[in-house]
Amino acid sequence: MTLDLVLFWIPGAVAIGATVAVITRKNASRALIYLVVSLLAVAVIFFMLGAPFAAALEVVVYAGAIVVLFLFVVMMLNLGRSSVMRESRWLQPGMWIGPFILVAILAVVFAYAFASVDGVDTKGEMVGPRAVGEALFGEGPYLLAVELAGFLLLAALVGAYHLGRRYLEERRELS
Amino acid sequence: MFGYDINWSYVLILPLTGGTLVGVMFLVWWERRVLGWWQDRLGPNRVGWFGVLQGIADGIKLFTKDDWVPPFGDRTLFVLAPGIIAASMLMILAVIPFAPGLYVVDVNIALLWFLAMSSLAVYGVLLGGFASNNKYALLGSLRAAAQMVTYEVFMGLSIMGVVIHAGTFSLVQIVDAQKDLWFIVPQFLGFVIFFIAGLAESHRLPFDLPEAEHELTAGFHTEYSGMKFAFVMCGEYVAMIATSCLITLLFFGGWHAPVFLDFDFVPPIAWFGIKVVFFIHVFILLRAAIPRPRYDQLMSLGWKILLPLTLVNILATGLIVGLTRGF
Repeated sequence: MTLDLVLFWIPGAVAIGATVAVITRKNASRALIYLVVSLLAVAVIFFMLGAPFAAALEVVVYAGAIVVLFLFVVMMLNLGRSSVMRESRWLQPGMWIGPFILVAILAVVFAYAFASVDGVDTKGEMVGPRAVGEALFGEGPYLLAVELAGFLLLAALVGAYHLGRRYLEERRELS
Repeated sequence: MFGYDINWSYVLILPLTGGTLVGVMFLVWWERRVLGWWQDRLGPNRVGWFGVLQGIADGIKLFTKDDWVPPFGDRTLFVLAPGIIAASMLMILAVIPFAPGLYVVDVNIALLWFLAMSSLAVYGVLLGGFASNNKYALLGSLRAAAQMVTYEVFMGLSIMGVVIHAGTFSLVQIVDAQKDLWFIVPQFLGFVIFFIAGLAESHRLPFDLPEAEHELTAGFHTEYSGMKFAFVMCGEYVAMIATSCLITLLFFGGWHAPVFLDFDFVPPIAWFGIKVVFFIHVFILLRAAIPRPRYDQLMSLGWKILLPLTLVNILATGLIVGLTRGF
């Protein structure tokens, strides 16, 4: 086994272990910390595959901002023992049947797809920040998708502003 | 692998980390001493010559202090949090080039690495306050989380002007691009916003609302003592050093001498050192000079003033660079 492969298996194993822990942990804050570990492991894998820009964005955006906000909300709600109890009531063995069937279907598809790429060299070339920028904003196929995503985010921003302003106005009237 | 520079420069890791930690020890003393002079009082001047060894005395005290972990909190997270803070801040130093060829690694995502590591430091602050199970600590860490996530946005956007000018995320190439003209000239607005965001990210005064002592005891690190407290403080000082390094590299030409002072006998690392020390002193002076804003003022400054300004800065920079060099 080459060093490259070892360096791939270690973060891969960490990612899978952490993701399993995200689902099985009953304490919400612990589950979120495992989610961060899982995201960091995936970032390492991205880096190994030659996509340092995607790896950096994975850490900055997902681990550094989105999960922080999740954790922020969990802390605000201050979930105590009662939520752990409720969580353990939900995580009964019977609950796993549905996910298991779905995963089995996915596994079949994956096995088929995996068999069909046998022999294809999956080791891509290095994709630096410049290449990502050119693919997204240049004459690549993604320009329309980027613009649409921007449009959607702007709409979300305006909506959030509207809701927040109405809340503030209501509070002003009350006081 | 993948064309990254992997060579003897890894030898630098150990002296860099050790040197920074020792440097932090003296920086704490020096800050208190300088603040003393500026505020017309003495400051710590008892241990050693002019108090130089105060840092060592403090270190011995912190090592031998009772290492108390609150029994009502979350033990594991409480112990983990200071480590996250100190480690993520020290990791930033990995991508900082001190002189031509003198760096641990030169990656093409160095600037993003800095943003990533400073955003991971939020977890230390957040979990530290959460695990303490103390209302002041919790309030402090909630403030810290909101403040750091907010100011990360402007920090990331404010350096995009520099990235547009230099055309790269690599810090070595950004410094090389400033050989003739430092980026402070075309990117003055970006510098001001980066500096403010750097203050808020390292939660130094005047933006130390997560640990504002007159409202929150000591904020998120209320329950910390001994070496765990030392690690939290160490993270803050390393953040200050790293931010000073980044300001030097991004806006003040890194190791390049000023054009009118371009003597051959001054080595590049000396110029880098002088600039970094200067900005550390600006950080300390701000602590002595400016009162702390209210928390909602901090947030509205960020979202209502700095965000539009950074966006205008990016637009204008893109337009100017595009017009002068062709789109």
